[in-house]
Amino acid sequence: MRVLVAMSGGVDSSVAAAVLSEEGHDVVGVTLKLWGGESDTGCCSVSDTEDARRVADRLGVQHHVFNFGDAFDKQVVAPYVQGHSAGLTPNPCIECNRHIKFEKLLMRAEALGFDAVATGHHVRLVAVGSGYRLGRGLDAAKDQSYVLYMLGQQQLSRLLFPIGHFTKAEVRQRAEVLGLRNAAKPDSQDVCFVANRAGGRQGFLERHLGESPGVVVDSQGKMLSKVASVQSVTIGQRRGLNLGGTAEPRYVTDVNLSNATITVGCREDLYTATQPVESVVWADAPVPGVLDVQVSAHGKVALGTLEEAGIVRWQTPQRRVAPGQAVVFYQDDLLVGGALAV
Amino acid sequence: MAELPAEVAYLDNAASTPLCQQAAEAMAPLQRDLYANPTGSHRMARDSRRRIDDARDVMAEVLGCEPGEIIFTAGGTESDNLAIFGRCWHMADLRGAQGVVSEQASVPVCSAIEHHAVLEPVERLGGIMVGVDASGTINLDALASELSANTAIVSVMLANNETGMVQPLAQVAEVVRSAAPNAVLHSDAVQAMAWLDVAAQAGDADLVSVSAHKFGGPKGTGALMVRNSLELSPLLLGGGQERGLRSGTHNVAGIVGMAAAAEVVLQSRAQQVERVSILRDRLVDGLLAKVPHTVETGDRSRKVAGSAHLCFEGVESEALLFLIEDVGVYASAASSCSSGAQDPSHVLAAMGYSRELAGGSLRLSLGYETTQADVDLALSVIPDAVARLRDHASDALAM
Repeated sequence: MRVLVAMSGGVDSSVAAAVLSEEGHDVVGVTLKLWGGESDTGCCSVSDTEDARRVADRLGVQHHVFNFGDAFDKQVVAPYVQGHSAGLTPNPCIECNRHIKFEKLLMRAEALGFDAVATGHHVRLVAVGSGYRLGRGLDAAKDQSYVLYMLGQQQLSRLLFPIGHFTKAEVRQRAEVLGLRNAAKPDSQDVCFVANRAGGRQGFLERHLGESPGVVVDSQGKMLSKVASVQSVTIGQRRGLNLGGTAEPRYVTDVNLSNATITVGCREDLYTATQPVESVVWADAPVPGVLDVQVSAHGKVALGTLEEAGIVRWQTPQRRVAPGQAVVFYQDDLLVGGALAV
Repeated sequence: MAELPAEVAYLDNAASTPLCQQAAEAMAPLQRDLYANPTGSHRMARDSRRRIDDARDVMAEVLGCEPGEIIFTAGGTESDNLAIFGRCWHMADLRGAQGVVSEQASVPVCSAIEHHAVLEPVERLGGIMVGVDASGTINLDALASELSANTAIVSVMLANNETGMVQPLAQVAEVVRSAAPNAVLHSDAVQAMAWLDVAAQAGDADLVSVSAHKFGGPKGTGALMVRNSLELSPLLLGGGQERGLRSGTHNVAGIVGMAAAAEVVLQSRAQQVERVSILRDRLVDGLLAKVPHTVETGDRSRKVAGSAHLCFEGVESEALLFLIEDVGVYASAASSCSSGAQDPSHVLAAMGYSRELAGGSLRLSLGYETTQADVDLALSVIPDAVARLRDHASDALAM
C-alpha cells in the first residue's frame, strides 16, 4: 500500500512510519506546519520538523512539509477563540483532528494517490462486521481514542494506526533499537499554539479576547473576587479565581457571560443527573442503551444513556461537563460515537 | 520504496542553478593545492590572493564597475543585509558624531516585492515598503510620495524572484534623485545576472547584490558592488578584509568559481536568453492552452527569459508540486520557509492576488541547462496533475 504517515517529530509517529516501512508499504512522511504565530513549542516548530525529517532519512522514506496554516487558523484557532467568547470550552486538538488531520490531510492524501493515511495515535483499528471501530490503545494510560471520536466509516476505512498495539515503553524501545534520535523525547502535553511562557491558555485567551472583567460570587450571590477575563474561565475550574485560601476547595459551577458573573460552589454543586449534548456523531449506526461515557481525554468512564432529546442520563450523578467539551461513548472498549457538551 | 522517475526536468533554476563545468574545474584544484590564506605574505598566500584579484576583475567587468568596488560576501542575503544595515548604520553613526543638530537621512525604503533578505532588514529598521501594480512593477508615484530628505537608502530589485518581472531601475533612480537627495540606490540583482546586462540595467545603482549559485556558480558566495565614494558600516568585524567591509578569511574557491561562472555568463548570456525564452514561451503558451482557468502572472514581455509563473485556480501549490515531483518535474511555488513548507507569497499579495488564487501558484524557472525535453515533460505532466487535483477538490465539495 502507498501510505502517507503524518509525522510530528515525536516518537509515536516516528515508530508508526518505521513499522509500516518494515511491513513493506510504500511510505511517505509528512509534517504539517500548522501555526506560525507566537508559539513555537508545538507540533509545527522547526525543530520538530527537523526531527521528523531526520527520522524519515534514517528510515529511508521521503519526507514533505505541508503548510496547513491557513486552514488551521480558520478551523481551529479562530473557533477556539470564538468558542470561548461564546462561553464554550472547545478542545482544539479534537477540532484539529476533525478538520485538519482527518479531513484536509486525508483529502490531500487521496488526491495525491495514497491508499491510506497513518498517524502515531495510541488507538487500534478493529474490524467489526463489514466496517471498522476505533478501539482503545493497548497502553491504557496513553489511549487517545477520545480525541478521535469524530471518525466515521469513510475515514476509518482509509486510516492506519500502527502503534495502537504497543505500550509506550515498547514504542520507545523500538525507536531505540532503530536508532531514532527522538527515542527519549518527552510526550507533547500542551495545545500547540499556546505558549507556556506567555501565560498559557489564560494568557492566550486574554490577548485574543481582550479584557472582559467579571465577578466571582457564591451560590447566594455574595461577591467574592474579580477576574480579568470572564471568558477564559471554565466550569469545574479551581485555580486563577483570586479567591485566596478557602476552607474547602471551591469550583466554578456556572459562567454567565451576559452579566459577567462566575458562580463558585463546593464539589457537590458540580454534580448533575443529566448532561445535555449536541452534534452527535456515530462511528456507524446509533447505539442505544447504557454506554461507557468519557468526558475528558484521560478521564474515568461513567455509565450513561443517550436519550433522544440529546440528553445523557447518568446512572449515578456526574460532574457537569464544560460546554464545548467532547462527550464520548464506548461499548466494550470500542468507540461508538461522541458529541459536544452543551 | 517508490521508484525514482525515469527522467527529471529541473525547473527550479531561480532557486539554484547547476554548477557550470567551468566553475567546477576552476574550483577543484584550489582547496587541495592552493590552501594558503590569501592575506598571508608568503608565496603561496600571494598566489592565492592573485586568484581573488583576478576574480575581482571579472566581477567588476560583469557588474560595470571598478575592481575596488567589489566586496565579496557569502551570498545574496549577506550582500543585501550589508547594503541595507551597512548604509543605515553608517548614517546613524554620522548622526551620532554630529549630534542631533544635523538632521541625517535614516529611513530605508524598498518595494513590497523584495526578497526577504531586503524586506526583513528594512522592516527591522522601521522602513517603508512601496506597493506594486497588478503586473508586479513598482509604483513610481507611490515611491515618490514616500521619499524625502530623510530617506537613507532605496532598495528595488532588478528582477523579481517569483514573477521574473524586471523593475524599471533607471526610472526609479530618477525618482530617487529628485525626491530623496540624501538617499543611495540599492538593487538586488540576484535573479537578473543570468539574463540581463546588469552593468547597464543597474548602472544607476550605488549598491548591487549578486549571488553565485543563481548563475552557474557555487553556493555560499556572492558580491556587493559598492560605488567608490560610498561609505558603509560593516556587519562583520575582524581582520579587515574587503576594505574593512567584510572581515573573514576569503572563500577562495567560491570566489574563483563565481568569477568563472560570471565569465561564462558574459560570453553566452545573449544566446542563452534567445534560446531559453523560446523554450519558456513554449512552456507557458502550452500550459495556458492545455489548462483552463490558468492565469499567467505579470507581463511576459517584461520578464527575465527563464521565468514562467502561473496560478491555477482551484489548486493548492503544495499538492501540485508533490504530484509533478513524482513524475520528475522539480519546481516551486513561492518562497519556501526554513522548514520546507510553502509559505503564502508576499509578492502575489502585493500584486493584489486573492489568497486562494495565489495559493495555486507554480514557478517554473528555466536555466542554461534546460532543454526542449524538459519543457515537453512539464507540458505532458502538469495539465494532468492540475486536472486530477481539481477533480478531487470538486468531489470533496460534493461530499
